[in-house]
Amino acid sequence: MIEKADQIFVLLLHWLVGFLPEAWQHVASVVVCVAVIVAVYPALFAVAVLMERKGLGRMQNRYGPNRVGPFGVLQPVADGIKSLTKEDIVPRNADAAVHFIAPLVLVVAVFMGLAVLPMGRNMVLVEMDASLLFFFAMGASTELSVFMAGWSSRNKYSLLGAMRAVAQMISYEVPLLLSTVGVVMITGSLSLVDIVDAQTRYSWGLAHWNVFKPWGLAGFVMFVIASMAETNRSPFDLPEGESEIIAGYFTEYSGFKFALFFLGEYVGMFSIAGLGTTLFLGGWSSPLAALSWIPSWIWFFAKVELWICFFIWVRGTLPRLRQDQLMNFAWKFLLPMTLVNLLVAAEWRFVEGVWLRWIVGMAIVAGAYVLMGRVGMRRERLGPRSYRYAE
Amino acid sequence: MLGEGILKGLAETAKNFAGSYVSKERLTTVQYPEERVAPIEATRNFPFLVYDGEDAFAGLRCVSCQICEKECPPKCIYIEKSKDKKPDYVGKPQNYPVRFDIDISVCMSCQICVEVCPFEAIKMDTVFELATDDRFGGLLLDREKLSKSNEYYHTIHPTEATEVDARLAEEKAKVEAKAKAAAEAAAAKAAAAPPAPPAAKPEAPKPTGGAE
Repeated sequence: MIEKADQIFVLLLHWLVGFLPEAWQHVASVVVCVAVIVAVYPALFAVAVLMERKGLGRMQNRYGPNRVGPFGVLQPVADGIKSLTKEDIVPRNADAAVHFIAPLVLVVAVFMGLAVLPMGRNMVLVEMDASLLFFFAMGASTELSVFMAGWSSRNKYSLLGAMRAVAQMISYEVPLLLSTVGVVMITGSLSLVDIVDAQTRYSWGLAHWNVFKPWGLAGFVMFVIASMAETNRSPFDLPEGESEIIAGYFTEYSGFKFALFFLGEYVGMFSIAGLGTTLFLGGWSSPLAALSWIPSWIWFFAKVELWICFFIWVRGTLPRLRQDQLMNFAWKFLLPMTLVNLLVAAEWRFVEGVWLRWIVGMAIVAGAYVLMGRVGMRRERLGPRSYRYAE
Repeated sequence: MLGEGILKGLAETAKNFAGSYVSKERLTTVQYPEERVAPIEATRNFPFLVYDGEDAFAGLRCVSCQICEKECPPKCIYIEKSKDKKPDYVGKPQNYPVRFDIDISVCMSCQICVEVCPFEAIKMDTVFELATDDRFGGLLLDREKLSKSNEYYHTIHPTEATEVDARLAEEKAKVEAKAKAAAEAAAAKAAAAPPAPPAAKPEAPKPTGGAE
């Protein structure tokens, strides 16, 4: 029974594909899986948007949307209808072809990343040996679409937003990648399925999640920060800082293309949250051996939703960074910390003795954190401002 | 240490999030169409014309002097003066507006018309639900729509309306006393000197003064 509930989608797929002749079955199962992914994530997107609007509202001591449907739960439907019926405006001077393709490229790239995420036991669309690399390759190509959008709009705000986005995403790609290297080093595999399998072991009823280890904890924290920057979430939402540059690279988008950007951004959030869950939070495995009866896909999506909730919480808390703070943080704090974290991972691998490697690992991480926080993030003492021409 | 402030901030927002479900005082939102707050007394948005008594036309205080029309900064008032006259609250014959239009799409709620009106005829209203699907006709208020009773004025701005009433009563009393004194003087004069010409003299300037 428990086994059936865990594998319900896999069994359903086999049953559905069973109606077709043998030669078609493989193609059909891929098509069905893709269709399910393309349907489920936009649905989650709608839920996330509602959660975000309600949650942010509550954090600011207001109700949030509460007019459409009971408690405003149908708000995403209304938003969808609105964006579908809106006029699609293309600026006269825009590069129409690129302007048209950009949101599609974003959505496609973002959905491609989802193909390699194991969303439950035996629930992965493409089992690839280097799926982590594939994921990052796809994640990096969202930068292309962002720049396409900003460039083709022929609008200074769009271009500024795109420049900011590219600078930010490339800067944070480095710590994002390096924070996952520790996991790869310890697991010895680039395959996400193997990484989850390695974490689905229990001792004293507790799972061997990577986040419960010193290098995993540090890597996890840095991964969360870098993933926020990578998805342009607040406090790293400079590329679309509405108080400065209207909406950044999608200023000139309206109607459904705008909705596609919005969708791409949120599905990007889901995919990066799914990757983080897979790498550090044990993917679809339960934290306690006693809770293993809950189906694996519930664990995966619950973790992803929790991750999204944390993103919303942070968005409700922190103000937007300044450009120099953003860059300083990436290059002077996150990058050295991730490099130190590689040392910790190596130490974890080679030092004998459970307690010793814990103590040494935590000491290195904590020491580097304090030192880097003191030295790297020291506020620059600026002298009195002098004016050359305006005096 | 680095990150301390972030944790503090996260705790604060979490407190707000949870608190908004627990304590009602945190949520200051008034859910407007169902709930509303009583407007404060100094609320104002667009002007209206005050009339005394029951009849909106007979009691209209406006004498069509057109000062407000001239003073209005965005020029949203349009007045057409009457050719004939009707008695005002003291019984003096005065002009009245044949047309009195205020384009509230132009009006900026500055209250200057109220400040300059010597007859306490134009006052600020508090009605704000003026949305209409006809952006020209629907936002051009004519004399009939603008005329509102003094009782209504009392309900929206009680303090101000009482002051205005006192002022008008004083004025009326003064005029009546004057008229009485004049009548008494005329009677005394008539009693002292029977010939008609001097008695008719004080009467004569009055109509000419009113016609100006």
